Amino acid sequence: MLLKRLTEANGVSGNEHEVRALIKDEIKSHVDEIKVDRLGNLIAIKHGKEGYPKIMLSAHMDEVGLMVNSIDDNGFIKFLTVGGIDDRILASTVVDIGKNKIKGVIGAKAIHLQSPDERKTPLKHKELYIDIGAKSKEEAEKLVSRGDYIGFSSDYIEFGNDLIKAKALDDRAGCAIIMDLLKQSYDSTIFAVFSVQEEVGLRGAAPAAYALNPDMAIVIETTSCFDLAGIEEPDFVTRMSKGPALSILDTVTYYNKEITQKIIDTAKKHNIPYQFKMIPKGGNDSGKIHLTREGIKTAAISLPCRYLHSPISVISKKDYSNCNLLLSNFLKNIKKEEFVYAY
Amino acid sequence: MKLEDKLKAMVEASGVSGFESSISDTIKSFFKDLSDETQVDPLGNLIFLKKGNADQPIKIMFAAHMDEIGLMVKDIDEFGFISFTNIGGVDTRTLPAQEVYIHGKKDVYGIIGAKPPHLQDAEDRKKTPKIEDMRIDVGMSKEDVENRISIGDSITIKRNLIPLQTNYFSSKALDDRAGILAMLHCFEILNNLSHKSDVYGVCTVQEEVGTKGAMVSTFEISPDIGIAVDVGFGSTPGLSKDDTISLGKGPGITLGANIHPKIHKRLLEISKEHNIPYQIELSPGNSGTDAQSMQITQAGVATGVISIPLRYMHTSVETINMDDIKNTGKLMAYFISSLDHEDLEEFLCF
Repeated sequence: MLLKRLTEANGVSGNEHEVRALIKDEIKSHVDEIKVDRLGNLIAIKHGKEGYPKIMLSAHMDEVGLMVNSIDDNGFIKFLTVGGIDDRILASTVVDIGKNKIKGVIGAKAIHLQSPDERKTPLKHKELYIDIGAKSKEEAEKLVSRGDYIGFSSDYIEFGNDLIKAKALDDRAGCAIIMDLLKQSYDSTIFAVFSVQEEVGLRGAAPAAYALNPDMAIVIETTSCFDLAGIEEPDFVTRMSKGPALSILDTVTYYNKEITQKIIDTAKKHNIPYQFKMIPKGGNDSGKIHLTREGIKTAAISLPCRYLHSPISVISKKDYSNCNLLLSNFLKNIKKEEFVYAY
Repeated sequence: MKLEDKLKAMVEASGVSGFESSISDTIKSFFKDLSDETQVDPLGNLIFLKKGNADQPIKIMFAAHMDEIGLMVKDIDEFGFISFTNIGGVDTRTLPAQEVYIHGKKDVYGIIGAKPPHLQDAEDRKKTPKIEDMRIDVGMSKEDVENRISIGDSITIKRNLIPLQTNYFSSKALDDRAGILAMLHCFEILNNLSHKSDVYGVCTVQEEVGTKGAMVSTFEISPDIGIAVDVGFGSTPGLSKDDTISLGKGPGITLGANIHPKIHKRLLEISKEHNIPYQIELSPGNSGTDAQSMQITQAGVATGVISIPLRYMHTSVETINMDDIKNTGKLMAYFISSLDHEDLEEFLCF
C-alpha cells in the first residue's frame, strides 16, 4: 500500500532521500520529465495542451523528527529536535536512528524515584536521551554518528471507522494524493512538486515555484483536527471524515479566491463533501509560493489530521479519497485560457 | 522455543493487575513440561511445583509477579472518545501519543491523543497533561464503541518486544515478566541439577497494587524460604550510581529489612562460587516486592530478593539485558541445590 510505504519511510527535514527515491520510482512511468533540483525538491512534469494553464501541485516530503547531538560515556544519545515537536510526547517512544535504522528507545526516570514536583513538570528534550542498548560510547559510535537523523518508529495501522494512524501523514498524505493524480491525463500542464524542508520554515517549495513559474499553484496538505467532545466551533479547526478542508486565510497566506471558488463549485457539482479550516492559524508552503516572482495564485486543500507532529497522527480514508476525487475533477474541468496569466 | 521468544510472548500479552487471567495460559504452557504439579489458586496465582528428591523436603518458594501496570476505561463520551484511570503506578507524562489496546469483548486499537503544537499556547507547554484530561481515540462513534467496550475494561500500551544492541531488549511489562523468564530458566537448569528441596515457582497476581497475590500464595504453600524475583532500578543518566544497579552486570542481590541476612549471604557465596556476576542492591525498609508480603505470612518466612536491573521502570520502553535474566535463573538454581547439604535450622539461625 502506497501510504504505508510512504509513511514508514523516514524523511526528517534535510534528509528526504528515502522518501524522494520511493516517490521517484513510483511516478516515473506516469510523467514526461522528472528532476531533482539543488535543494532536493523532486519535480515531475506532465505536459498538457497548448492554451491551457500550467498548474503546480505541491506537497512536502519532509517530516518532523530528531537528530543525534552527542553520545555520552555510557553510550546514551542526546538529541536535537527538527521541526515543531512537543517535548511532552517524547518519553516512552521508539525511534530509528540513521540510514541503518538502529532502534532506540526514549525512556524516563521510574515514577518511584520522582519527587511530587517532578511528576508535574513536563520532560524537556534536553533532559531526555536515547538508549540503543550499547554498553559504551565506543560501541555506540560504531553504529551512530553525530548528525544522524532520527525518525519515529510507528507503523501504518488502519483502525476504527475508516481511519489511518501513522507517523508523517503530514505531508505524505499530500504526496500520495499527487502521486495518484499523476496517473491520469489532463489538458493542463501539471508541475508536481514534492518539496523539502517545509517543517523548518517553508523553505523548499519557493525555489521550485520560481523555476517552474506556474499560472497557479495548489498546495495539498494536512491540517489540525481537534474535534474532541467539549471543543466547540471554531476551536476544533476541522472535523474528521467531513471532507477535505479549504483555507480562506492562515498565518502566512491569503488564499486566491478564484481557485478556491472553482474548487467549491467542483465539489458541489460532484457532490463531494468539503469543509473550511475554522481558525486562521498555521501555515504551509503556500506562504512562500504565492509570493514567488510576480506572485502566483495559490490555494490549499488539506486533510483533517488529528495529533499532527506526533508519531500517531490520524487521517480519514474517506477524506483522502474525497480529496483525490475533488482535485481530479477540478483539474479535468479546467477550460482553455482559464487561469492562464498573460504577461 | 528460545528464551527470547518466550519473553516476547509474555510481554506482548496483557495482564493488568486484577486481569491476569489473560496471560495465565501463555505462562502455564511454558512451565507445563518443567513442573510436576500446576495449581491455580482462588486469586489467580499460578503455582508450579518441581519436586525434590528428599523424603521430607524443605519448601522453597520463588515469587515473580505476572501482573503489569495499566489503565482502565472510565467513561465513553458523546463522540466515542474514552476517558480512563490508572491501575498501579503510571507516569502520566509518558502517556501522550502512546498506542493502546483496550481489552473489551475483543481487543480494540486506540491512541492517546495529544494537542498538536500548532494549537498550544505557551502556558500549555509548561503543564503536564492530567490523566483526567486525556482521551483514547478509537475512531468510532459512541454507539460502535459501546458495542465493543465497557466501563471497567483494562487497557495496555501496544508494544512489541524490541531487540536493541548487545542482548538488550525493550518493551512494556518486563516488570516482572523478566522475573518469570528467570524462573523458567531456573526450572530448565533444575532438570539437570539434583535438588532435595521442593521448589514452588509462583507467578503472582496483583503485585503492582499492593503485593496481594504473594500474601495468599505464601499462606497456601507455607514455604521455609521465600525469594522474590523482581526488577530493580537500572542505572541511567540523571540517577545516582549508589541508588541503582547497572544493566549487564548481573542480578542485584538485595539487602535490607525484608531480607533474611543468611539468605543474602548465601546468594553472594553462590554467585562467587559459580562465577555469576552480581551487584548488591540496597533496599532499606520495605522492598516494594512480593517479599514484603511473604516475610510476614503465617508465623513469618525467611525471605530474599533478587533484582534484575531494569531501566525506565513503569514506562512502555522498560529496558533489560538478557544475560542478567539468565544469570538470575542460574543463581536461583544453584541456590536451591546448595541447600541439599544444610540443616535448615542451623542455616537460618540468626
